[in-house]
Amino acid sequence: MANAVRLRPIVRGAVVGSVLRSDRSISLWGGVDPASGTIIDRRHDRHGESIAGRVFALPGEKGSSTGSAVLLELIRIGLAPAAIVTRHPSPAVTLGAIVAEELYGKSIPIFLATEAGFRALRDGERIDIAEDGEVRRVTAAAPRP
Amino acid sequence: MKLTAEDRRVLDGERGEAARFALSVIVRMAEAAGAERLLSIEQAHIDACALMSQSSLDLVSHLAEHDGRVSVPTTLSMVSLDLEHWKTLGVNPSFADKASRIAQAYQKLGCIPTWTCAPYQGYLTPRFGQQIAWGESNAVAYANSVLGARTNRYPDYLDICAAITGRVPYTGLHRTENRRATVHFHVERARARDWETPAAWAAFGSLIGSLALDGVPVMDGLPAFRPSNDMLKAFGAAAASSGSIELFHMVGITPEAPDLASASHGRPPSKAVAVTRRQLADAWDELSNADDGSPVDAVILGCPHVSYAEFVALSEAIARLGAARIRPNVQFLVFAGATTVELARRGGLLDPIERWGARIVRDTCPFHSPVVAPTARVIATDSGKCAYYAPGELKARVAFGTLGACVEAAVTGRMPRGEAPWRTR
Repeated sequence: MANAVRLRPIVRGAVVGSVLRSDRSISLWGGVDPASGTIIDRRHDRHGESIAGRVFALPGEKGSSTGSAVLLELIRIGLAPAAIVTRHPSPAVTLGAIVAEELYGKSIPIFLATEAGFRALRDGERIDIAEDGEVRRVTAAAPRP
Repeated sequence: MKLTAEDRRVLDGERGEAARFALSVIVRMAEAAGAERLLSIEQAHIDACALMSQSSLDLVSHLAEHDGRVSVPTTLSMVSLDLEHWKTLGVNPSFADKASRIAQAYQKLGCIPTWTCAPYQGYLTPRFGQQIAWGESNAVAYANSVLGARTNRYPDYLDICAAITGRVPYTGLHRTENRRATVHFHVERARARDWETPAAWAAFGSLIGSLALDGVPVMDGLPAFRPSNDMLKAFGAAAASSGSIELFHMVGITPEAPDLASASHGRPPSKAVAVTRRQLADAWDELSNADDGSPVDAVILGCPHVSYAEFVALSEAIARLGAARIRPNVQFLVFAGATTVELARRGGLLDPIERWGARIVRDTCPFHSPVVAPTARVIATDSGKCAYYAPGELKARVAFGTLGACVEAAVTGRMPRGEAPWRTR
């Protein structure tokens, strides 16, 4: 990945974490279990995996308008992704993060990626995103066991 | 971003903490979306009242305890409970207590206790062109498309913030230019008899939702009759589940599409797609994931909530069966708003349905209230939305079919082998 990757911060914050990238959008409600952070949408390619603590990169959030409630609850119980990066603006995701900040004083950063920026995020790779959206440090993806 | 003097007073806390909290969320969302200004709305519909979690209660309690008050007429989507009959539905009292506290808090904010996900078939129907802030994806699709009101899909909590402040970011479908059809779907060789049930329109909606992606779809080549409100409801609910459809146009049917050129604002849609009978039939089949002929444990009607006309259709389907009753091991649940249930009672429809063995569930939803037996492995439904969410939310397989087929399944214990309408000759 080139070091020039820059994401657009939507809800600001710096983060370090490993990327969980999917090329499929998800509905957080009905798609992710709000009590555990596990993907429960059987049609989703990452079904069964947990988004907790990951830099969750996906094209967008779709479906029901309850997605923000799922994210708010995941943030409250500490099982939210470390950050969410989307290709397309996702109001439910942005809102969940903003309300968490206003209500609980804690949140997660949300970033918007260009097509190239999104492609540059490799699944499993550990990345460091600065508050301004610059992807500053990238280590090679850990070999899969 | 441009704010009015009143907006600033609210943000400074001069109108209380609830208003300050709500407007600061609205303003931050507006900034994130790049909005130049806010817009005043005239009505709101709240989806955030279904119990999701402790955080749902925390949020509404924060607003209610700080004397929050809605500033526009505001209706409520489902709560997680049949508020009057939960005890006989076997709901856990501590769950019921939390859900009731959420319900009371929203009412304390001044919301109207409609408790329905189909507010467009009940109280306070929005007008053409009216700027509103609605939550609940199926309601949003219907309000924009069928009624011609203007709303974005307000995610949970932004809806109540909009209701309290009467202000929303001036973005998306509030703006005329974003309501233009961008994807043209031409349905090939439509025959009226393939389209006569809401289930057929649900399959159609499921297909369009999966194909339209982020576009605004316009459909033509539709059969030469006017679909009922329930057909459009079924279409929109399915399209908003399989995709993110917030607005659709149907030429000659929906108000912003008297013809194709009007729907696309005089410019050709950027994409044209032919919809074949084969695709429609496949979309119908894909709504089921249960094996053919597997025993049905539960039947769910009313996702979205049934209308009076659907109560009539259900009672007629039951009457056609003569003396046949529901099998004792099959749970038959009909979800509806209390207003519609009361109308059905007055219309003499309710007694025969309940005597037959169906259970009417008011105010709530199969996915938010624990009323579907957790042991249910196969669920029959005529809803594309229910078919989409039941596998994940209820850990069950789905047998999709018409309302008539669902009624038959309750009696025989198996979903009748129904060919997709478009596959029959």
